[in-house]
Amino acid sequence: MAKARKKTKASGTKKPSRRPKTDGNLLLVATRKGAWLYRGNAARNTWRADGPHFLGQIINHLVLDPRDGKTLLAAASTGHLGPTIFRSTDLGKSWQESPRPPAFKKQEGGRSVKHTFWLTPAHANEPGVWYAGTSPQGLFRSEDGGVTWNEFSGLNDDPQYRAWMGTEQDGTPDGPKLHSIIIDPRDPQHLYFAMSGGGVHETRDGGAHWKPLIDGMEVVGGFDPKTVTFHDPHCVRLCPSNPDRLYQQNHCGIYRLDRPATRWARIGKSMPAKIGDVGFPMVVHPRNDETAWVLPMDGQTVWPRTAINGEPAIYGTSNGGKAWKRLDQGLPKAQAWWTVKRQAFAADRGSPVGLYFGTTSGELWASRSEGKSWACIARHLPEIYAVETADIG
Amino acid sequence: MSASVKVLIASPLRSYTGADEVQACGDSLAALLADLDSRYPGIRFRMVDEQEEIRKHMRIFINGDPVKDLSHRIRPDDEVCIVQALSGGSARI
Repeated sequence: MAKARKKTKASGTKKPSRRPKTDGNLLLVATRKGAWLYRGNAARNTWRADGPHFLGQIINHLVLDPRDGKTLLAAASTGHLGPTIFRSTDLGKSWQESPRPPAFKKQEGGRSVKHTFWLTPAHANEPGVWYAGTSPQGLFRSEDGGVTWNEFSGLNDDPQYRAWMGTEQDGTPDGPKLHSIIIDPRDPQHLYFAMSGGGVHETRDGGAHWKPLIDGMEVVGGFDPKTVTFHDPHCVRLCPSNPDRLYQQNHCGIYRLDRPATRWARIGKSMPAKIGDVGFPMVVHPRNDETAWVLPMDGQTVWPRTAINGEPAIYGTSNGGKAWKRLDQGLPKAQAWWTVKRQAFAADRGSPVGLYFGTTSGELWASRSEGKSWACIARHLPEIYAVETADIG
Repeated sequence: MSASVKVLIASPLRSYTGADEVQACGDSLAALLADLDSRYPGIRFRMVDEQEEIRKHMRIFINGDPVKDLSHRIRPDDEVCIVQALSGGSARI
């Protein structure tokens, strides 16, 4: 299935005198019309485009397995064809299609997967195990490196969870989604996931039992926050340096949760009032649990989902959300009406941390200074759905 | 043993078959699609979902007539055409 793969220099970068040395920095960019890999040099200031892969196919997520450093999974569909998973074990040189991608069981009134939305490699001690979240909401697991997939844990047919998932009419225009599948690095049996809509959920026994984790989260005015289905978490992240700390960008604010507590605190209230705390993505620092970043968007009236006033900016906190700082050096100062989807903002593990986001207008932006300044490293791509980082050095 | 019939393949599925026209066997549409999947793994699920429904934007014609029932009988001289709804066209585009 691998189609034409081209390697070109990323637009917007200084022309190198010779082919730049790549030192293991990799950006995985999934778009509405295919996927690209960007390979960066050690300084992270020169990026070489490798793509398109799967030109014309909708790629919702492209993820590298950090446990082997070479297996890529791509969640694909097209406007007409059903969803599938493509797998590469040579960093995208060749691709094989999953013979059994995520699919619900056949039954009376059964659902069908419209697309796989989210991919998460499982615990470091479970090589070859992956989790997938779908639209409509479903949770799947592969135990053979993404070759074959099965429904996971009975959740997809649990009557209470089906009620909380709601119908497709209750979801986003592109379909309700299960996302933000998180594995506690200390315990492979301890998982979280989120649903838009349908709240945040947790298991401590490998999926035998799940429970909602919505206390403190707000919902749209006039609705009861005790009703799980009304909750719309957009993106949940666990701090690698402190697995007891979670951050969340929600339809209704930015939150933090410090376990074992079960009540989220709305840290977005300390954002500037004229900006608010609506957005899709959230990113956490790999080594400092006090530091996180968001990218606010316009959530007024009909939800334009654009940069506020056409002036995009990252907001970062270095004290767990007590205060936020605007980080927009290098970003457009006016008339930039794009936004960034929930999977399209990522951090690397460099020092200082590199931040990367892809826009709905097909621009790829990077910061080598933890957000202090930004440079566009690619433009004219299709609408970007997801950006992930990887270190293959 | 059912006869082999001609199957015209929509352009988005030619990455599986490598051709715009292939042969497949089956005495029903379901059997024919299963045969296609055995020859070109993965192709069926991209046309038919897990609830055995032809996907929303895929269409299958047999001798020019639209068919949605997977139990539809296939006869030796039938011609099966798999297309995507309201799009497609020349491979040169």
